[in-house]
Amino acid sequence: MKFRSLILANLFRKKIRLILTIGSFAIALILFTFLAVVYSAFNRGIEVAGADRLVIENRVGLMQTMPVSYADQVRAIPGVKYVTHDHWFGGVYQEEKNFFPQFVIDPENHLKVYPEFSVPDDEWNNFVKDQQGAIAGAKTAKRFGWKVGDRIPIKNSLYGPTKTWELNLDGIYHAKTADGDESQFWLQWKNFDENVPAAIKSTAGWYILRLDSPDDAVRVAKAIDAKYANSSWETKTETESAFQAGFAKQFGNIEFLILSIGSVVFFTLLLVTGNTMAISVRERISELAVLKAIGVRDGSVLFMVLAESMLIAFFGGVLGLLLAWAAIPAMSAKLTGFLPPLILSKALLSFGLLFAVLVGLTSGLIPGIGAMRMRVVNALRRV
Amino acid sequence: MIRVDGQGSANSLIRVRGLSKNYRRGGEEIQVLQRLNLDVDKGDFVGFMGPSGSGKTTLLNLLGGLDVPTHGSITVAGDEITHMSGSKLTQWRARHVGFIFQMYNLIPVLTAYQNVELPLLLTKLSKSERRKHVETALSVVGLSDRMSHYPRQLSGGQEQRVTIARAIVSDPTFLLCDEPTGDLDRKSADEIMALIEELVAKHAKTVLMVTHDPVVAARAHTTLHLEKGLLVEASKLEQGVVAGGIR
Repeated sequence: MKFRSLILANLFRKKIRLILTIGSFAIALILFTFLAVVYSAFNRGIEVAGADRLVIENRVGLMQTMPVSYADQVRAIPGVKYVTHDHWFGGVYQEEKNFFPQFVIDPENHLKVYPEFSVPDDEWNNFVKDQQGAIAGAKTAKRFGWKVGDRIPIKNSLYGPTKTWELNLDGIYHAKTADGDESQFWLQWKNFDENVPAAIKSTAGWYILRLDSPDDAVRVAKAIDAKYANSSWETKTETESAFQAGFAKQFGNIEFLILSIGSVVFFTLLLVTGNTMAISVRERISELAVLKAIGVRDGSVLFMVLAESMLIAFFGGVLGLLLAWAAIPAMSAKLTGFLPPLILSKALLSFGLLFAVLVGLTSGLIPGIGAMRMRVVNALRRV
Repeated sequence: MIRVDGQGSANSLIRVRGLSKNYRRGGEEIQVLQRLNLDVDKGDFVGFMGPSGSGKTTLLNLLGGLDVPTHGSITVAGDEITHMSGSKLTQWRARHVGFIFQMYNLIPVLTAYQNVELPLLLTKLSKSERRKHVETALSVVGLSDRMSHYPRQLSGGQEQRVTIARAIVSDPTFLLCDEPTGDLDRKSADEIMALIEELVAKHAKTVLMVTHDPVVAARAHTTLHLEKGLLVEASKLEQGVVAGGIR
């Protein structure tokens, strides 16, 4: 690139302005990255949802239960391979802020439906035999410094008067994939069933089915909902990804929120960089005119302006992404339990950089085209 | 030989015929140049004088391919430039014209060397070939020891020398100087004019120069006056004879 020295010299012409522009770019990119990471965390459940899994919930809502006897009936429907059921436990460990998701599970079928989690055999066998047993995700165990054999007191007021459930940590589960959720805490359904008020006994919060084939999903879902139509506990059966999406929407329209803030970030960046480039081009209008006079083509003038704005965007983008990369693990640790793990993936990094360069390109276009179309005689007359 | 009567040889380096330039200002059409003729041979040094607004710079812009005439033709070294497209004209300027401006118009963030090298970046010359050309041009203007200086580290006269080096580095067909000494003190102006004279005498450069300064204009081989859009030879102006024969 023959004009490299000129482009670089122009870039560093006003150092304070360059630093401020790169800084504003970096801050905007940090904000953009945080939003994207949070959005990705909310949607990870949808992304990792098994294509061969269905979720049955009470048609009235997730807080309404269904008879546990549905399990055997559903298992009899052709195409259903395994059935398990969960309850939301919603207890508190020591303090309210120590939140982590707790589920009452059916030990017999849970790992058959969720093969993406693994527990050492001896630990799992102890859990199955121990009615007061519990299994914690590796991340939650690490967060609270729990070891297998510890006694974990969980206070609960969702099911009857406030009561502390003393649970034995029989094992620790791990996710088989890097982005798997290791923050859950599982306890035995039998223990739960014996200790909840009569209205909750023999119920399931929701069912999860694993199918022989994802192709059976529509047929099986229709069959289940038809079976319980007009019963006391009508059902709503949907794919796990649709269920997860609905669950994420309970927090509000995250996608809209993130898109709105992202658009504001994009527009603000456009204004900041566009303004910088416009000032920069206006300041050296006579120099650009001289370049054109000595034979530099219009396209090369446009290229020089675009290259400069894209370099500013690139440096700002890289700085912002580096800062976000350094800050996100700490932020994720602070938000453990409230949000799924925040992961800044390579795809997100690439998208962030692409976003930055795109902003640079767009913001340089108007001043660049102006410089390209400028008439040399008019520009020289301004000197 | 310089002629303004349209009778010049077909071999003239620069041949201008019936050149007119009109501008519209508001609803009014202003005729800046009126059917000019001009013939300039290789190695000629022409000075253009005239009051403000007489069209000197407009004529220079037309000759340099920076502007297009309303009527007429300009032929340089056999190339008719008046009908060239914008991009062709840009290429033509890079090959044939060296510009020297009153305000020097150097790029302040580039060194003297890098400024002089700019026109060569448009050629296919290698880096070492470019270096040779730049060093030669800077030595011609006497600034071999200022190559790595930025414009702000040079005096006005030295900046104008760098501009001259930039104008000659690609060995263009002719040089266009727009008030080359307009921003300089008398001593520096004399030095610059001596340099331009040297380029004409020693290096057979063809120079067309606009100036307000009669002392500077007197250094040219021929001085032409622009009066009401017409070119008049200085010697004939006193006799009241208008060159070009069209009035």
